[in-house]
Amino acid sequence: MKQIVVLGGGTGGTLVANLLAKKLKSKEAQITLVSASNRHLYQPGWLYVPFGKQDPRTLSRPLASLLRKRVKLVIGKVCRLDTTTQEVELEDHTILAYDYLVLATGSQVAPEDIPGFSAGAHYFYTEEAAFKLHAALEEFRGGKIVIGVGGLPYKCPVAPLEFTFLLDEYLTDRKIRDKTELTYTFPLNRVFSIESVAEMAQPLLEERGVNIETFFNLEEVLPEEKIARSMEGTDLEYDLLIMVPPHRGAKFLQGHPIADEQGWVKTDRFTLQVKGYPNIWALGDTTDLPISKAGSTAHFEAPVIVERLAGRLRGIEEEVGEEKYEGHVMCFLETGYNKASMLNFDYTHPPKLHEPSRHVHYEKMVFNKAYWYLVPTGVL
Amino acid sequence: MQSITITREADARGSFCPGPLLELIRQIKMAQVGDVIAVISSDEGSKKDIPAWLAKAKQEFLGMEEVDGATRFICRKIK
Repeated sequence: MKQIVVLGGGTGGTLVANLLAKKLKSKEAQITLVSASNRHLYQPGWLYVPFGKQDPRTLSRPLASLLRKRVKLVIGKVCRLDTTTQEVELEDHTILAYDYLVLATGSQVAPEDIPGFSAGAHYFYTEEAAFKLHAALEEFRGGKIVIGVGGLPYKCPVAPLEFTFLLDEYLTDRKIRDKTELTYTFPLNRVFSIESVAEMAQPLLEERGVNIETFFNLEEVLPEEKIARSMEGTDLEYDLLIMVPPHRGAKFLQGHPIADEQGWVKTDRFTLQVKGYPNIWALGDTTDLPISKAGSTAHFEAPVIVERLAGRLRGIEEEVGEEKYEGHVMCFLETGYNKASMLNFDYTHPPKLHEPSRHVHYEKMVFNKAYWYLVPTGVL
Repeated sequence: MQSITITREADARGSFCPGPLLELIRQIKMAQVGDVIAVISSDEGSKKDIPAWLAKAKQEFLGMEEVDGATRFICRKIK
């Protein structure tokens, strides 16, 4: 019987394991999912934690409860991948052999990549950091807040914009907005990389009195002086600094021959096969593809890997050769005051932007709750 | 252009989000001073955005060339 090993218990790994379990017969393959944590995290929910709108305890569930029964769950951290012997080693020295491997180990924050970041900046990209930021915001009574993108690549590209809109609303509700100077920074010459989003967001930021600092790529934070400095040579003073930290791939992948120095796996943009390795695939944040690092990316990629892997296992690869990932991504964009927009695009169709509305905001609220039943299980 | 050896290249065709320029900036941050970096973009806006950012960031823009209906932008990290 063939051994399929899936590394990573996030959206991509959980979904691939469940879809494989549905597609393949028990005698065809054993499916093992390896996860460093026994909890599955719903990371988009962390956006609301700093504002006290979401209890972080509601944003995770036992991973085992989301898996089909025939998926074998192994809790452990991968420390070594040997593509020659086709083995994965865990930190407790367990060795797992594979015939087919799926890499879904995602991304991790790397605040240490920016000097001064850990001491001087807040963020909301981990459960713990989001909760710390909540405490800092509760204590905030007015002053200068600088928000922006602090490193590349980063997860969920629209999140800093969403955070800025929600922060304006939060400060207004607390009646300290007039005592606060908000500055939003972005690395490019506009407020977001997608022009249509920038055209929608910039007037909203201006309307709400948010200063805009474009061409700002964070180079270092000076915590003593409370200054954020960019590689373009701009210094911004702050009382509270909220920056998205840079991200990296899993530690065992950093510098591995299948990945670049930051640990992003070299992946074919259509087949999602790891370049040069016909029995290994990667999805979600794990890849080096310059597309959105977001749960929806992994969601749309997973069925492609399942079809291709099953085809290869059954020796009918030519029949599934047309199964390709076309770059489909979908995401919500909160604009504050109970309104949101939505983006939908792929490699050949530029994003179509919906006018911010209450309807889309409530759609996102429903999705946040329904995620557990629809996405990792493969229902949607 | 013929004599330039590209140190690292990213294919960002079809990348609307985060987009070719953010990928180029990421590559520049990872590169060593003196490295030649290229990014392939199918976004027409890159022809304006990429040279503008390189000028602002004081990196050297070496040029661009057409490749299969897209554009390859080449620059050198100088600081």
